[in-house]
Amino acid sequence: MEPNLFKYVWRHSKKEQIAILMLVATSLPFYFVSLVLPKLIINEGIQGEGFDGFGSTQPFLKIDLPYGEWLTGKTVNIFPGFQMEQTGYLLALSFAFLGFVLINGGYKYVINTRKGRMGERMLRRLRYELTDRILRFPLLHMRRVKQAEVATMIKDEVEPLGGFIGDAFVQPAYLGGLAITAMIFVLLESVWLGLIAFFIVGVQAFIIPRLRRRILRLGKERQLTARQLAGRIGELVDGSVEVHAHDTSNFERADIASRLGRIFSIRYEIYQRKFFVKFLNNLLSQMTPFIFYAFGGVLALMGHLDIGALVAVINAYKDLPGPVKELIDWDQQRLDVQIKYDQVIQQFQPSDMIDPALQVPDADPGTPLTGELVCKTVSLVDDTSTKLVDSVSFTMPVEGHLAIVGNSSSGKDHLAMLLARLLLPSSGSISVGGRDVGAMTEAVTGRRISYVGQDAYLFPGSVFDNLVYGLKHVPLKEPARDEDAEREQAKARAESLRAGNIDLDLKADWIDYTAAGCSGPEDLQERLIDILSVIDMAEDVYRLGLTGTIDPERNPEIAEGILKARAALLERLAQEGSSDLVIRFDPDQYNRNATLTENLLFGTPTKDEFRGDALADNQLVLEVLGEAEMLDDLLAMGETIAKTIVELFADLPAGHPFFEQFGFIEEDDLPEYKALVARVEQQGRANLSKDDRRLLLHLPFKYVEARHRFGLIDDVLETKVIAARKTIAERLEERAPGAVEFYRPEGYNAAASLQDNILFGRLAYGQAQAEEIVGRTVTEVLDTLGLHHAVLTVGLDYEVGIGGKRLTKVQRQKLAIARALLKQPDLLIVNEAASVLDVAAQARLSEQILKLREGCGVIWTLQRASVAEQFDRVLVMRAGRVVEQGTFEELKAPGSTLGELIAAG
Amino acid sequence: MSLDQEVEILRQIPLFANIDTAKLKLMCFASERLAFKPGQVLFKQGDSGDAAYIVIDGEAEVIAETPAGPVSVATLGRNDIIGEIAILCDVPRTATIKAAGELITLKVTKDLFFRMVTDFPEMGVEIMRVLAHRLENTTAQLSAMRAGQGA
Repeated sequence: MEPNLFKYVWRHSKKEQIAILMLVATSLPFYFVSLVLPKLIINEGIQGEGFDGFGSTQPFLKIDLPYGEWLTGKTVNIFPGFQMEQTGYLLALSFAFLGFVLINGGYKYVINTRKGRMGERMLRRLRYELTDRILRFPLLHMRRVKQAEVATMIKDEVEPLGGFIGDAFVQPAYLGGLAITAMIFVLLESVWLGLIAFFIVGVQAFIIPRLRRRILRLGKERQLTARQLAGRIGELVDGSVEVHAHDTSNFERADIASRLGRIFSIRYEIYQRKFFVKFLNNLLSQMTPFIFYAFGGVLALMGHLDIGALVAVINAYKDLPGPVKELIDWDQQRLDVQIKYDQVIQQFQPSDMIDPALQVPDADPGTPLTGELVCKTVSLVDDTSTKLVDSVSFTMPVEGHLAIVGNSSSGKDHLAMLLARLLLPSSGSISVGGRDVGAMTEAVTGRRISYVGQDAYLFPGSVFDNLVYGLKHVPLKEPARDEDAEREQAKARAESLRAGNIDLDLKADWIDYTAAGCSGPEDLQERLIDILSVIDMAEDVYRLGLTGTIDPERNPEIAEGILKARAALLERLAQEGSSDLVIRFDPDQYNRNATLTENLLFGTPTKDEFRGDALADNQLVLEVLGEAEMLDDLLAMGETIAKTIVELFADLPAGHPFFEQFGFIEEDDLPEYKALVARVEQQGRANLSKDDRRLLLHLPFKYVEARHRFGLIDDVLETKVIAARKTIAERLEERAPGAVEFYRPEGYNAAASLQDNILFGRLAYGQAQAEEIVGRTVTEVLDTLGLHHAVLTVGLDYEVGIGGKRLTKVQRQKLAIARALLKQPDLLIVNEAASVLDVAAQARLSEQILKLREGCGVIWTLQRASVAEQFDRVLVMRAGRVVEQGTFEELKAPGSTLGELIAAG
Repeated sequence: MSLDQEVEILRQIPLFANIDTAKLKLMCFASERLAFKPGQVLFKQGDSGDAAYIVIDGEAEVIAETPAGPVSVATLGRNDIIGEIAILCDVPRTATIKAAGELITLKVTKDLFFRMVTDFPEMGVEIMRVLAHRLENTTAQLSAMRAGQGA
């Protein structure tokens, strides 16, 4: 990257900078005139200079040819002007002044917005370029990159650069122009005053920057320490398990505290120095008017200077320190951002960056990889000169199935990454069918070869999004847009290009259906489900589907099917004599297996203010409960719950898992409730304060009679709740339609999961094996109704969470393998990706994948050597070298390295 | 049936007779009350033990799986405790238990049981006392038998 910020800015914004500079230049004469006008107003307009007396006139806007006298020997008049009396003349001048003020303001506005736009464009360019570089970092370098630090750099640290870039050239030109204009004006009016002003400005420009140098150095430190703090906080999050497992939270606290202390002292010093400089600056600025008043006044008294000129000089001087000060500021900022820029770009130029030419968007994946894969004396050396892979040579047909085995330090994982061109060999070469793999573009390697690693990453999004992630190389089909949207898009695209960003359309369809062996979106889903079945993950996705929700308007068949399943389940359970395992929702019954909230709302809330114990603060619900005279019942319930919990949990040590497990009350709130219980006993419920009532009222809403068994729900209360349920439903319809999706025996509930829709009730607490029996019956019912497939498609929409954290590790790895299989690569490289599975599952998985990949290449680094039996050839590695190669049968003899590895399990 | 009733039942079991009501209540609260249908199996012989069951209502049949087929060896009823050995020491279930008629139990998980003992050592002491009594009984029976054999 360009090391000099100014050159970088100039290269990418030349045209815009020049346009703005021109604007600045044309604005200066107007500014000069606006400085001259006050003098004319005071001398001629107010003091009447040139007016002979009442009724006399003077020409207004008389224009003589500049330098006319010098050119032709006499004044050449271009425009004779309007003859005006003094009052009219004064007003005309004043309005002219106002006009110029407006013109100057207009200039400022235009210049500033232009500058802003240019700065933002440059910021966008810079951020894009930095991110682009991250995408080109060599993978070995990535290990040293702290993601939190890199993210802060791109997000926060370059931000001030954007602001400065707009000003980089314009500011000095503009402010310099202003300062020089004002200076010239003062000098023209009075040489002496001008010289004084010049001297003081000079002092200001000399001293202040020197004082600020230390501040800059501190600023640099501040930036570094803050960046490291961000990095450390990232580590705290990543290492949270270690922190708790080793009781090092206080060590970490101390570390953070000491860092914060360091940052504090730096910041405080900056603060002190900054304010000293400010003080000095102000002092110098205020000195000048003093001199002007004193000396200028004397000059005026002596008649060397007229009052109008003095006022104008003082007025002009008022404009002088401003620009000068800002110029000095600009200079400081220049140094400051240059430092920031240096520090940021330093982090973004590792050696061996991936050549951008290898990543050019290209729709063509090249010809299929055929022939022999030849590895010739390939070595990989890391930055500590350790040989990770040492002169590995072997040859295999691309469509062969090769297993690489060895212990964890054998270098097999690095070899796999080299073969996938994720790492480049330090020496030696890898070629396929005579083509050098190192020279292939990612358009070829990323599509012809699939790679799955040990800790495959899933992107936040649905299962579907993650599966098709490997098919999104270039936009293939423009989305349908109307005329307006088309225009918007063209505009966005042009702006994107102006800032040097890539102009590919994110909203286009990027999925390469052909690569997945599909003709379009229609049969893609089938294909996904097929692949998921191959790797034994269809069952998982099916379960995820049951917990998913659908929009019944977009999927009317599924909704209808689920309603059928609801009826079928009821029948089936009745046949098996298991009807008591599901307590169904009945509009006229209280469901003792559901919470009070569910019983009151009789539906699934879609808004937070209707969820759980938030009902205790919900105006609408409180109103209904009040009218039904239930508040006291609920307070009584709250009281019993509070008393029981306080009694039960009183002796528990802090942090006991029960608090979380049975949480009516958070552990931290227990003392508060203890005190509350004491107050209730003393004062009685009726005399409680509003806050206390609120606290008590929070408790009953999460209460489930069948589970908690405090015996709080009796027939009377049930009747009241059912009555209140109806009133709440009516009020909700009126005042907050859609806030709750009601349970309707005949209708689909869009806010509830498929499973809840099928059950239409709650599993009964305390019935042995209720979950297993009901779960099994639900599956049977769905299969009979032919809904298995529909549930799977809902499962594909399951959100996997950040880094796939909502899935298990096994599910994550399987999903990554499915993603790699989907694009039907010529060569599939599996780098210990299945090692989280147990041995039997691993063997089964590899068997199925090898069957699917018959006639297409597979290279698999195995954690368990015995699985290698399924492969055509085996490569045995030890300490970076290939020690044995051949078929499993040839190599497995006891005494061989493979034999040892098999024996070790 | 509410917590309080469950506590009353526990109180009648010797193992829990001398334990503080509040603690018993906590144990009930943290345990699941499980209903079994006639013929439903609580656990099978040879399973690993993860919980003990306290019979609140109904009867359970103890079945020994012998090479000759299952043999009903005993019937347990109200206030009896089932499967406590398997959670105290890690041994597989020594018999199969089946519900004879509607059976209601309180399922005390191994986890909960040990947590209670750890949190409230007096409960541990109480359990020791009961077990010691049982041991003494068994020893007495054994010596009586030996004496009988010797005669």
